[in-house]
Amino acid sequence: MPEKPNLTGAEAERAMARMSRRGFVLGAVAALAGVGGMTWLRFTGQEGGLPWPLRRVLQFNESLAQATFSPERLSPTFPEDRIAVPPRINGGIGMVAKLDPAAWTLRVEQPDKPAREFTLDGLNGLARVDMVSEFKCIEGWSQIVQWGGVRLLDFLVQHKLGTRDGQAPDLKHAPNNLYKYVYMQTPDAGYYVGLDMPSALHSQTLLCDTINGQPLPSDHGAPLRLVIPIKYGIKNIKRIGLIRFQDERPADYWAERRYDWYAGL
Amino acid sequence: MVRLQAKHPRAIRWMHWINFPVLSIMLWSGLLIYWANDPYAIRMGGVELFKFFPTGFYSFFNLEHGLATGMAYHFLFMWFFAINGLLYVLYTAISGEWRHLLPHWRTPADAFQVVLHDLYIRKEPLPAAKFNGAQRLAYTGVILMGAGSVLTGLAIYKPAQLWWLTAGFGGYEWARLWHFALTIGYVLFFIVHIAQVAKAGWNNFRAMVTGYELTPVEESIHA
Repeated sequence: MPEKPNLTGAEAERAMARMSRRGFVLGAVAALAGVGGMTWLRFTGQEGGLPWPLRRVLQFNESLAQATFSPERLSPTFPEDRIAVPPRINGGIGMVAKLDPAAWTLRVEQPDKPAREFTLDGLNGLARVDMVSEFKCIEGWSQIVQWGGVRLLDFLVQHKLGTRDGQAPDLKHAPNNLYKYVYMQTPDAGYYVGLDMPSALHSQTLLCDTINGQPLPSDHGAPLRLVIPIKYGIKNIKRIGLIRFQDERPADYWAERRYDWYAGL
Repeated sequence: MVRLQAKHPRAIRWMHWINFPVLSIMLWSGLLIYWANDPYAIRMGGVELFKFFPTGFYSFFNLEHGLATGMAYHFLFMWFFAINGLLYVLYTAISGEWRHLLPHWRTPADAFQVVLHDLYIRKEPLPAAKFNGAQRLAYTGVILMGAGSVLTGLAIYKPAQLWWLTAGFGGYEWARLWHFALTIGYVLFFIVHIAQVAKAGWNNFRAMVTGYELTPVEESIHA
């Protein structure tokens, strides 16, 4: 502290006047700098609809989340009496046109490999998974839903997808053999999501064809949708038409509209 | 006759003033997020007394349709809020300032006397101290609230990776409610804080800027 605390009388008054001037001028300058900084932040160049510094911070937070991510940590599951009825319908982007279930196929693309087409028979022989988990919408609401389907991981292992050498994926022992990202889109390409590979291979990431014990209705993404409770609802794409593995960060519908690309919980 | 007396250390003044815009931005961006799903209300016997918030509130403060923007600002300024709070706790712990701030066994009774004084029931002046009992409770409480905001915030930010933390707050939806309630708490704290600062006067306010207070001394001592 610059001033001696034992000043008294007129000397103290003068010292206080001096310190007040300095303090309040410094405060005003700092306040102006803050307002200037916020104004700059608001109007600076954008990435995905967000000022670029905010986008970079989302990516920094993502890198922290990725570095500390553990596949063993699970999204909580619940007893069946907690299931919310009826399940909320939220969003039909990419599902505007009627879909002919008989004509539907799931296309899988990988770099330097021929594309493959699957029907629901592609799930045959895989362990069925029944999961009562909390669906968390990025809007802030959540709902406990029962999902039925197969693990995406099991599907990829069975059909040897997602790896450079065409063998079954193994995140633990051969992480570099995996493509870095997964891209999924609806048959009309109207809705699309990008996923990091560890999240896609998480044991709770499912390809689902039932909801609350019933066959998946069209509104909830028939014939096959993604359920990934370690991400916000925006990543739980309905009516999957295409799965593509790639090393470049995939496009993502909501990340192009100001939201966080990672959206991991 | 007055005497210049040191009151608030520089570090505490900086952290105090930095917290003001940071918390304001957290509040604003938090409301942008809350708008997207705003279920909370005060109800008594099935009657809704107050809804958080009436539609006019959002439109007046321009808080509509800003969820993504709100999240982006919230997840930047959360760092400043948490780091500033952590530095404050470390500083008060190491510098010994905590002795003026933490409640002790006499604090509840002191705080009661402060309330009586502020309500003009107690006529005698309060005993001189850097912070009175009510201040000790308020300034310690608001730090605990800050810690609570960080923890409930983490619980709703990473409810799968930090599932144990979320479970500790009673689950995802309860954690969101606690996080919101703490925000209301800051607003109430702010209202009382501003009223008390206005009541305490210029000399007290100026001390939070300069660090010093002018205190009266008896002439005879310096004669």
